[in-house]
Amino acid sequence: MTGTTRDGAPSTETPNDVEPGDAVRPGHPVHVKRYTIGARINHWITATSLVLLALSGLALFTPKLFFLTSLFGGGQWTRTIHPWIGVVLFFSFALLFIRFFRANLPAREDVDWVAHSADLLAGHEEKMPEVGKYNAGQKGVFWAMSVLIIVLIASGIVIWDQYFFDLTTIEQKRVAVLVHAVAAVVIICVWIIHVYAAIWVKGTIGAMTKGEVTGGWAWRHHRKWLRELVGRKPPPRAPAE
Amino acid sequence: MFPPIPNPSVSPDAAVQRFGEKDLIRRSASTVTPPAERLTEVAKLIDVTKCIGCKACQAACLEWNNLTEEIGFNHGVYENPMDLTPDTFTLMRFTEWVNPETENLEWLIRKDGCMHCEDPGCLKACPAPGAIVQYSNGIVDFQHENCIGCGYCIKGCPFNIPRISRVDHTAYKCTLCSDRVAVGQGPACQKACPTQAIVFGTKQEMKDWADFRIKDLKSRGFENAGLYDPQGVGGTHVMYVLHHADTPSIYAGLPDDPRISPLVDAWKGVTKYVGLAVMGVAAAAGVLHYVVAGPNKVTKEDEENAEKLTEGKGVPPPASGPGSADREGRAP
Repeated sequence: MTGTTRDGAPSTETPNDVEPGDAVRPGHPVHVKRYTIGARINHWITATSLVLLALSGLALFTPKLFFLTSLFGGGQWTRTIHPWIGVVLFFSFALLFIRFFRANLPAREDVDWVAHSADLLAGHEEKMPEVGKYNAGQKGVFWAMSVLIIVLIASGIVIWDQYFFDLTTIEQKRVAVLVHAVAAVVIICVWIIHVYAAIWVKGTIGAMTKGEVTGGWAWRHHRKWLRELVGRKPPPRAPAE
Repeated sequence: MFPPIPNPSVSPDAAVQRFGEKDLIRRSASTVTPPAERLTEVAKLIDVTKCIGCKACQAACLEWNNLTEEIGFNHGVYENPMDLTPDTFTLMRFTEWVNPETENLEWLIRKDGCMHCEDPGCLKACPAPGAIVQYSNGIVDFQHENCIGCGYCIKGCPFNIPRISRVDHTAYKCTLCSDRVAVGQGPACQKACPTQAIVFGTKQEMKDWADFRIKDLKSRGFENAGLYDPQGVGGTHVMYVLHHADTPSIYAGLPDDPRISPLVDAWKGVTKYVGLAVMGVAAAAGVLHYVVAGPNKVTKEDEENAEKLTEGKGVPPPASGPGSADREGRAP
């Protein structure tokens, strides 16, 4: 596929961070399509699973939160359902991973972005480098989620006694239950960061609800991505498909 | 001979409950106020040296607890079934051991089952409030109505005792016949034992009786005879007299120095507190940052720049700092 950058210089391929469905819709204000309906449904299934897993998992993690089992119909139901939600999360996230991993591959500006991350938190976003569809922080969340979900499903199967008790020794189960708890704490922290970023950076949540953001949002936070999208107008793939 | 526990009186007023809810010293996933006065600690003493492997205890246990074990297979060994199950709370384990000193074959028979640890790993691992309780007389008991079937007790137990039922998905193990002890009886296994290899009484009585037995064994040449009351779990309320107390593991893998696994301690201890603190700090940091730094809003200028960019009008070029390389080589 070929595209043309805005100034006419040829670009031989779609940049990694431009995903299918990403497009600019000129207007006042400009709208930028960020997530397809499929990606949004996929995201929200994953999100719901993760929240339910956190609630049911925390209920068994500490007696102080055991009351959360009542959300799931009691302790027995919580114990039964938690691993199955984990299976849903695993497959749902696997699809998200396939969708998003290319755009989350490391880029050169990531180093600079991390070096300036304190400026971002202090409100000096103008000091940040221009980034593509995802900044280094978002990439960090993506890869942390990917690794942690693999750790959690693997350790979770080891302690899923109803079906897999005979596959491992008790000592291995002890290791697994500790790993599972630690990984769960970390993934909840990653989730807090993810949710906080979406709340703090105004205009973000629309990306996962309506599927689009304003041009100003893209200009402010993902300028490189916006420039790429503007530069490849009209989408080179459209006629071929 | 150890004086047998007399049969109970049949008069209705004799059936008073000797202990109950008020005597709990530990309750899983809960805090209890321990009773001011602790009941006399009880214990079951299993004298391995007197056991003839008749399995009367195993049968009595099934009978008293109204359990029916599946009809299994003959694996060519005496063990039957091959392991503890949700229905087999106690199991005779048979070991053929060649004594390296005498080159004699010794047939070691150990009655396996819950040890009723003073420091119970199952109870400490249990996430369900009140599913495992410990009475002040030392009995550790499972309360099935509170059990959620997670199997954490299995991970907590240093002796590999609890088993989860496939029928009601709750954990089962020896109760030390808490229902019998509560009315002044000894456990069913003890009652059925024809050789007094199993005796029951206060923990002190059992230790004294064990001393007597150990002296006797030593006088017969069993120099290493001794009592198995492992201190790693605070002592147990089921104890063994072993002829080779220096090597408990020859008795079908009885742990030499049982204690709650450090993994379980880490999981139930530091992980829980540090984990909750870290999650709390993360959430609090978010709130604090929002309050201090305020939301990150898109400005009017940002929107204007985006419009200019899409319309092909001049906009600020990509910055050309050291780290912000423009890979596509675009020029304004």
